[in-house]
Amino acid sequence: MTHDQLAIIWFVLIAVLWCGYFVLEGFDFGVGILLPFIGRNEAERRTVVSTLGPVWDGNEVWLLTAGGATFAAFSLWYATLFSGFYLALLLILVALIVRGVAFEFRSKRGTASAPNWRRNWDWAIFVGSFLPALLWGVAFANIVAGVPLEIQNGNSEFTGNLFTLLNPYALLGGLVTLGLFTTHGAVFLALKTEGEIRVRANKLAGQIGLVTAVLAVAFGLWTQLSHSNNKAASVVVLALVVLAWVGALAANRLGREGWAFIASAATMVFVVTFLFVCLYPNVMPSSTNADATLTVQNAANSQYTLTIMTWVAVILTPVVLVYQSWTYWVFRKRLSPSQIPDPERGSLDLPHEVSA
Amino acid sequence: MNALDLARWQFGITTVYHFLFVPLTIGTSMLTAIMQTAWYRTGDEKWLKATKFFGKLFLINFAMGVVTGIVQEFQFGMAWSDYSRFVGDIFGAPLAVEALASFFLESTFLGLWIFGWDRLPRGLHLATIWAAAFGTMLSAYFILAANSFMQHPTGFVINPVTKRAELTDFGAVLTQNTTVATFAHVISSSFLVSGVMIVGVSLWLIMKGKSATSMRSTLKLGAWVAIVAGLLVMYTGDVQAKIMVQQQPMKMAAAEAVYTTAENVPFSIITVGNLDGSEAYWAIDIPGLTSFLATGHWNGPESTVQGINDLQTKYEKAFGPGNYAPYVPLIFWAFRAMIGLGGLGVLFAIFALFITRREKTPTSATIKWMSVFALLFPLVGISAGWIFTEMGRQPWIVYGQMKTAAGVSPILSTFTVGLSLVVFTLLYGALAVIEVRLLIRAVKIGPPETVELMDADDANNGQTLTFSY
Repeated sequence: MTHDQLAIIWFVLIAVLWCGYFVLEGFDFGVGILLPFIGRNEAERRTVVSTLGPVWDGNEVWLLTAGGATFAAFSLWYATLFSGFYLALLLILVALIVRGVAFEFRSKRGTASAPNWRRNWDWAIFVGSFLPALLWGVAFANIVAGVPLEIQNGNSEFTGNLFTLLNPYALLGGLVTLGLFTTHGAVFLALKTEGEIRVRANKLAGQIGLVTAVLAVAFGLWTQLSHSNNKAASVVVLALVVLAWVGALAANRLGREGWAFIASAATMVFVVTFLFVCLYPNVMPSSTNADATLTVQNAANSQYTLTIMTWVAVILTPVVLVYQSWTYWVFRKRLSPSQIPDPERGSLDLPHEVSA
Repeated sequence: MNALDLARWQFGITTVYHFLFVPLTIGTSMLTAIMQTAWYRTGDEKWLKATKFFGKLFLINFAMGVVTGIVQEFQFGMAWSDYSRFVGDIFGAPLAVEALASFFLESTFLGLWIFGWDRLPRGLHLATIWAAAFGTMLSAYFILAANSFMQHPTGFVINPVTKRAELTDFGAVLTQNTTVATFAHVISSSFLVSGVMIVGVSLWLIMKGKSATSMRSTLKLGAWVAIVAGLLVMYTGDVQAKIMVQQQPMKMAAAEAVYTTAENVPFSIITVGNLDGSEAYWAIDIPGLTSFLATGHWNGPESTVQGINDLQTKYEKAFGPGNYAPYVPLIFWAFRAMIGLGGLGVLFAIFALFITRREKTPTSATIKWMSVFALLFPLVGISAGWIFTEMGRQPWIVYGQMKTAAGVSPILSTFTVGLSLVVFTLLYGALAVIEVRLLIRAVKIGPPETVELMDADDANNGQTLTFSY
């Protein structure tokens, strides 16, 4: 295969990895954002967190793989993007760190022995989910719209700062991913729980989903009109986004939770596809100097590396998909608060703290 | 301090911190798998209790390893963009393969293991911890292949137009002797760390009189693992040292503060002299040992070790003016701390076996304190080893190809990297306090008195969960 073809394959593969990430960690973020509001007592909150228990870590690996694949296939894109978006990524990293340990640590202490422990970790989960849900949208909107890049010492370098990234278009993009992920999380909770939580999640999905639809249409049209390099193709994908989202909300309304989840997952896939279709053939356009724009071709790594990585991806990705799907099958049962034994007690409470 | 210094501090702090969790994850995942296998094969409940108990410690630790690992992958692009541009064609590949082949494996199967106790048939459930343990080792292999490229670049050419390194032989990167020796050394030291951790915790609980039957077995397991691993650490370290002398002679010269090329070079156990070791007033030396470690010969022309000054002259000729020696006092002491603390870990394991022989239970308060702090010996030792390896490569980020100063992100301001350095340091410090407190609680509680397991059918019919967040 030619270098040009391999570069395109890797552009598509990276889009696929981001699709996986939006679908999977998308609902993780949503569940984390909803946790403090949807769980009214400890048994309910623990039920909510437990829906993510076996899967959140595996879901996050999609991000690591997307990052690693960008490094391996488009080092110049990885270098310019990550150094340019430094402070935004710092915020995301801190959020992901705090959120990850919060999942593991929150039920270690009980409500009697450490009164503030769980509330504090719940807020850590909320903020740790809210920030990345917002910031990934901000980041992608900036990538698609272009940011100030200039050539310095032969490399494209970001010349803006954190506030350059917080422009109205990008913030709208952030609100869209925030809304999409929150709704997606609510749909997931409705599918994975029983009783009160299920009812509340269903209702919230409908409400937040509607607001998101308005924001998403505004952002979609803005992107389509001002920032798409492939208007004919992107408008088709945009229509698919709208269709899938309408389908998700309709199925949610009818209480068909499985279909609602499939449709909202499809929406995530179409949203990522839409952004990548608008972006192609660029990977990181410059808003100030066309010569500094990074493209699929000028940012791609060598033919040899891309060939090897293609083989690795072709062999391993299906294997990963099989065993990750199997995990979801193993934990397919709905959870209910009645299944949480002794919800107020911490698993690392000492004997005297439990009796007290 | 400028942005470069701060970026280096940040990389050092976040990497050393991340690597406190890594060896414990690698070693303890497999040792937990071994305990569970022992239960599966014998049906003896003491092994089930041990599995549950050490599994709990392992998971508290694993969570920290995961979240601090994300920083590692992002950091290359964020703070070291010119390095990423230069080596990305080679360095990115093992990182991506690591994520695809091993991160997915360990995280997915660990999720299955944690929550699958009553969801999966016992044999299948046992297989999940083995898959996760295998994933951690695989992960180590790929990241060490990437690191070995920085120590000894191979399988690449410099593109004359772009001036970037391009991969020509991925097999060479994955199988060069630097990679293989480093992997063997890191894995064996990881088992040393985990073995000593298990010995320390088991001894403490035996002295407390908790789950003594179970803990006597785990103490023996941990101690023998630590002893065998300790021997392997010595052997692989020796192999690595001889490779290092060939590939990075400056590092060995700095480790021994050998300034002038000589035969029959002694190894100093302790030295009183000036800080950089260029002058010694009093020292206890083992004659010829440095020569032997570096070359396999005690004396004669074959025992020649090149000195820092001679290598400096040689490198100036090859690479132009500049300082090509690492910071000698740090390298000299880090090398000794690595060997000494690792050795103390092994001695502790032997000592623990001795004092618990024939069902004896020691009572001394000193021994109790030792059992609490023993883990720190190999853990600090392994950190010292990494500091030695990475600082000893300086001034290079990719040996002989790119200097560290050239790798930092050109657009990185002192303020930005200073801010992130402060944020990471404070956050990591706070998390360390919380983590250690939780671990202490888990040890104090000790292994469960009884373990009830449901079978998979009951669990799938909506009974209470045996484990939930």
